[in-house]
Amino acid sequence: MPALTQSIALSEPRAAARKGPSRGLDATFRTISFGAALLVLLVLAGILGSIIYGGWPAFREFGFGFLTSSAWNIGTEQYGALVAVIGTVASALLALLIGVPVSLGIAVFLTQLCPGWARKPVAMTIELLAAVPSIIYGMWGLFVFAPLFARFVQIPVSNLVEGMPVIGTILYARVPSGVGVFTAGIILAIMIVPFIASIARDMLDQIPTVLRESAYGIGCTTWEVVRHVLVPQAAVSIIGAIMLGLGRALGETMAVTFVIGNANRLSASIFDPSSTIASRIANEFNEADGMQLNALMALGCILFVITFIVLIIARLLTRRVRAA
Amino acid sequence: MDAATTLAPLAGRVRRGRRVADRTLRIGCTLATVIGAVVLGSILLMLIVQGLRGFTPALFTQPTPGPGSEGGGIANAILGSLVLTAIGIAVATPVGVMAGTYLAEYGRTSRLADVIRFLNDILLSAPSILIGLFVYTLMVRPMGSYSGWAGGVALAIIAVPVIVRTTEDMLRLVPGQLREAGAALGAPPSVVITSVTWRAASAGIVTGIILALARIAGETAPLLFTALNNNSWFSANLMGGVANLPVMIYQFALSPYPNWQGLAWAGALLITATILALSIVARLVIKPQRSR
Repeated sequence: MPALTQSIALSEPRAAARKGPSRGLDATFRTISFGAALLVLLVLAGILGSIIYGGWPAFREFGFGFLTSSAWNIGTEQYGALVAVIGTVASALLALLIGVPVSLGIAVFLTQLCPGWARKPVAMTIELLAAVPSIIYGMWGLFVFAPLFARFVQIPVSNLVEGMPVIGTILYARVPSGVGVFTAGIILAIMIVPFIASIARDMLDQIPTVLRESAYGIGCTTWEVVRHVLVPQAAVSIIGAIMLGLGRALGETMAVTFVIGNANRLSASIFDPSSTIASRIANEFNEADGMQLNALMALGCILFVITFIVLIIARLLTRRVRAA
Repeated sequence: MDAATTLAPLAGRVRRGRRVADRTLRIGCTLATVIGAVVLGSILLMLIVQGLRGFTPALFTQPTPGPGSEGGGIANAILGSLVLTAIGIAVATPVGVMAGTYLAEYGRTSRLADVIRFLNDILLSAPSILIGLFVYTLMVRPMGSYSGWAGGVALAIIAVPVIVRTTEDMLRLVPGQLREAGAALGAPPSVVITSVTWRAASAGIVTGIILALARIAGETAPLLFTALNNNSWFSANLMGGVANLPVMIYQFALSPYPNWQGLAWAGALLITATILALSIVARLVIKPQRSR
């Protein structure tokens, strides 16, 4: 019977351990960690709940017209979201138009062209761009970039296109001050470049070297390797990265507030001042009350919906690749 | 021979096209990188040129001056920023580390954990101004005034997703054998986690906390609606508005007073230097772990 006595001897401390304090502690630890994870859910629900609660009176007052009205009159209490929504979307799309080629260029440079010794410092430089606070970008945009932009781009371009059909409106600056939707787009582009570039670089790095080497082996040039081998391999996740950048551009506040001009005016020119949802909230919230406050909260709801759709698409695209 | 003579000029043209495309790509990509570096250089140059002018001892010893008056410093804003960031990190670290632990250790197969992981990733890039509106509704409105506590909570909400994400990623890198070895010694899961996996992943978790610190130190938008500002000398009263660097920079930079603008530049240099230093430190902390 040696086996039996052994098992009895073993089972005793085990039962003691089971009854001991560590089991209770274990359950507590698990519950606390679960609670912390649930908190993430609660915060997101809280954000949505609070802005719906705050914006509800405005939605009830103006109905669907809130989305299509360009009014923003504090005196007559007439509010509409159109100008801010267009400003938000236009500046973010301009940011993508400028930022995406630059980010992909940086990613290709870092993974394919850069000599080994320079790779780390160059990557570090680009990553530090992501760490600069957005208010600093705002100051740079307003005090350094805008004057140069007005003098060397807005004035010559406006003179050139004046009177022309279509471009004469889109690219004409009535007051060439350097601030406006286009400037906001450029600053946003600079801010999203490091994010898109670093994700794209990681994706390009993950592609097996064999694929690249065999393409070079049959005589492909770098352009052909990038175009026909690397881009198709990483396309889905690069689109995900771009959507992530779009999400950031849509919700960016301080930098845009400095450079967009904060005007509530519908203008066909991308050089004219305008507003985004975030910049209007930042500008007016502290002095607002009554219906204006509700209208600002309602703008927040619209921003929530737009950015969350974009971010969900982005995460789905980047996740599918991570799993594969 | 016939084919060769007719194909030869064509081949030359094709080769030239390929070479042009290739050179365009090389030049374009290099140019893109140069633009990125030039922008960073130009921002740093601007901050150093404009900011160093305002670096005097008074900057660190005196509170912000009234509108239009001379002198003064930003000591109250520096102190306020330190306090708000400290509150933010103190609240976010336990919540973020525990939530990350749940996702990595307990929730690998649960659907709920998948949902939380997904939403955390979304919260990570959510517009910070919406978090400001949330905390305004949650705390500022019921309490009746802007407060330091509300500012700290807003910063904590921004920091949590960063810490959750890095903690989970780092815990996942810990090999399963370590946990099995711990369990084989009879240690219950909580002991295995606290004294085996956390310890193995500590460098990575600390990196996450530093990155979160760098992220919230420069946040402005959520503080506008929560902590706002306070021109008087810091009174340790977190129930009222608290001066802080980002909001001070925002208000002073756009003011018409040269003295205020100078202080804004000095503050901007200070905050950017701090954040860049934090980001570099975070990268240095993570390095030894990777090479191991």
